[in-house]
Amino acid sequence: MSVSYRLSPGLAQWAKPVFIALALGLALPAGAETLAVKVLYLRQEVERPPVLSNLDAVPEDLGLAGAELALADNRTTGSFLGHDYSLTVISLPPGTDTAAEAKAALAEADLVLLDAPAPALLAVADLPEAAGKLLFNTSAGEEALRSADCRANLLHTIPEDGARTDALMQVLAAKRWMHLALVVGPKPADQAFADHLRRSAEKFGLQILGEKAWTFDTDLRRAAVVELPPFLMDLPEHDVLLVADETQDFGRYVPDNTYLPRPVAGSEGVVPLGWAPVLEQWGAVQLQERFEAQSGREMQSRDFAAWAALRAIGEAVTRTGTADPARLRAYLLSDAFQLDGFKGRGLSFRPWNGQLRQPIAVANARALVAMAPVEGFLHPVNETDTLGLDAPESQCTAFKD
Amino acid sequence: MRHVLPALLALSQPALAAEIWVTNEKDDTVSVIDVATLQVVKTYPTGERPRGITFSKDFSRLYICASDSNTVQVMDPNTGEILHELPSGEDPEQFVLAPDDRHLYIANENDAVTTVVDTESRKVVAQINVGIEPEGMAVSPDGKIAITTSETTNMAHWINTETHELFANTLVDSRPRHAEFTADGAQLWVTAEIGGTVSVFETKGQTQIAKVDFAISGVSDDLIQPVGLRFSPDGKRAFVALGPSNHVAVVDTATYQVTNYILVGRRVWHLEFSPDQSLLFTTNGVSGDVTVIDVASETAVNTVKVGRFPWGAAARP
Repeated sequence: MSVSYRLSPGLAQWAKPVFIALALGLALPAGAETLAVKVLYLRQEVERPPVLSNLDAVPEDLGLAGAELALADNRTTGSFLGHDYSLTVISLPPGTDTAAEAKAALAEADLVLLDAPAPALLAVADLPEAAGKLLFNTSAGEEALRSADCRANLLHTIPEDGARTDALMQVLAAKRWMHLALVVGPKPADQAFADHLRRSAEKFGLQILGEKAWTFDTDLRRAAVVELPPFLMDLPEHDVLLVADETQDFGRYVPDNTYLPRPVAGSEGVVPLGWAPVLEQWGAVQLQERFEAQSGREMQSRDFAAWAALRAIGEAVTRTGTADPARLRAYLLSDAFQLDGFKGRGLSFRPWNGQLRQPIAVANARALVAMAPVEGFLHPVNETDTLGLDAPESQCTAFKD
Repeated sequence: MRHVLPALLALSQPALAAEIWVTNEKDDTVSVIDVATLQVVKTYPTGERPRGITFSKDFSRLYICASDSNTVQVMDPNTGEILHELPSGEDPEQFVLAPDDRHLYIANENDAVTTVVDTESRKVVAQINVGIEPEGMAVSPDGKIAITTSETTNMAHWINTETHELFANTLVDSRPRHAEFTADGAQLWVTAEIGGTVSVFETKGQTQIAKVDFAISGVSDDLIQPVGLRFSPDGKRAFVALGPSNHVAVVDTATYQVTNYILVGRRVWHLEFSPDQSLLFTTNGVSGDVTVIDVASETAVNTVKVGRFPWGAAARP
């Protein structure tokens, strides 16, 4: 048992013991050295803003549960190779100085999964203690982290926001649903997502013909049918109504409450996701069944990002036989690295900014609509690079050796 | 292509009443294709999510992995009746019948276990811990070695069939799907779906001696996903199903080079020869059909519609 938690006060409710079943299939050759692979999961908790509906609580182990599953996966492989994986979890309450707390923890781990907002990620990555370590961003989709604010010691397994909006626009374009309207929420995350929707629409030749800013402060649970249609009435004719509501505040009330009979997409309705529980093909059901057996809930994008980060570490350790962060980083960024992410194509890291190259699921609540990259969107190197910042667009220079 | 069929069939002269049995993963049925007419002549219900399928040596029994029913069903192929079920461990996906015609080696996909079942006593003989998501199964021609490939652990696990213990674990490329010994038992071939390769091992010493790569003009490399594999009767060619690239590759087993790519249906999974070995049948998961390949000319000659998501295939003379 080598999962250990260091908890901040008041967090004991999610500090359930993690049981890792070891499949010790093969006694290792006598005298074989065991390779210890120590991974730190560092989480900066955030205050979530109030939202109109409290139907969907955010799981307290969001993200972490994915790392726990990957730990079990890695340990099974490790049992055949003499590789001993351990995961230490540190969760910091809202308002903590993440970087200050991270200093001591970094002394004990070379491999770190960071579940934190972008400013905290950068503060940790820039610590002298983080130099030469290998960090994984499993939570922040901000484009700047893959461009001007990139760091050589920071890889990203959560998709960038622009990759998600590119995926959505590819799917809409493939359907020839080219004329769009957009409703934007008031929060900075909504504005940023709306900006990505506009840029992705332009990238793939779709047109956003009209926009409205969400300003209502009424309780939609009582009045959605009454209030939404007139609010949307003055938008120009469109094929699809886009919603930018990244905190899941008002968006859930928009589908089927539109003025025109139109599908809804973006933050609600047809949604681009790093992981969707409705994925069935490519062995996805197997991954989800393992996850649900472990965590008792469906796997979300943040869980998948943490799973992918720790699995990437496992795959690199398996293939190189080392836990040295510099050698693992070199392997992960090389052409030799391929991770099976249950999304139909092998996953790899973009060598220009450290972003995990991955298909994006464009899905509704009940089924996958399409997996992007969509057939027909061509790229000279890799079709998945039609999603998100391609090498010529990224201002990242930290990966140029 | 239907019009070329009579001529080819006349050349190949399949045995009368020869059949290909195909599991339909999302219809919970098996389709029986008459090799002479290339028509589906029977469809029988099975347990949930049938995948692996194989006949007893005398073809009097059909074994079916009913994955979501957590059992292996034993069917009378003359009537379609399920005679009984075998304990299989949870979520049996793929299996192989040992040369003794008695022991089934079953990959339990959700349990990281290989289960050995005695089909006569109907009891579990052994369960062997292997890597995550075991799938590909093979037994050496002499019956001494069983192989399980694990999709997430990316290994071929070598099992001593006398002791039921692992004696070697060899890494292969990402998501190994299928393992097959050559007829003389000297080599083991393992397909890797996400890695996009086939690894060739020398059985003696379990060392990798070659790796087969694939490239299809106009098809993205990461859609070339090797799954099912069969050797030609003379052992000179390996046919490799390449998943969503919708092609079957023909590999020269002497040089490990690809000599041909045959366009088939969508997401090709597994392969089976007609009993006279003149035709090769491919299960095409997404298009819900079976492509018929003329083995001599390496050309697709017909398509047979079966149920939804055809997966495994087995021949009966």
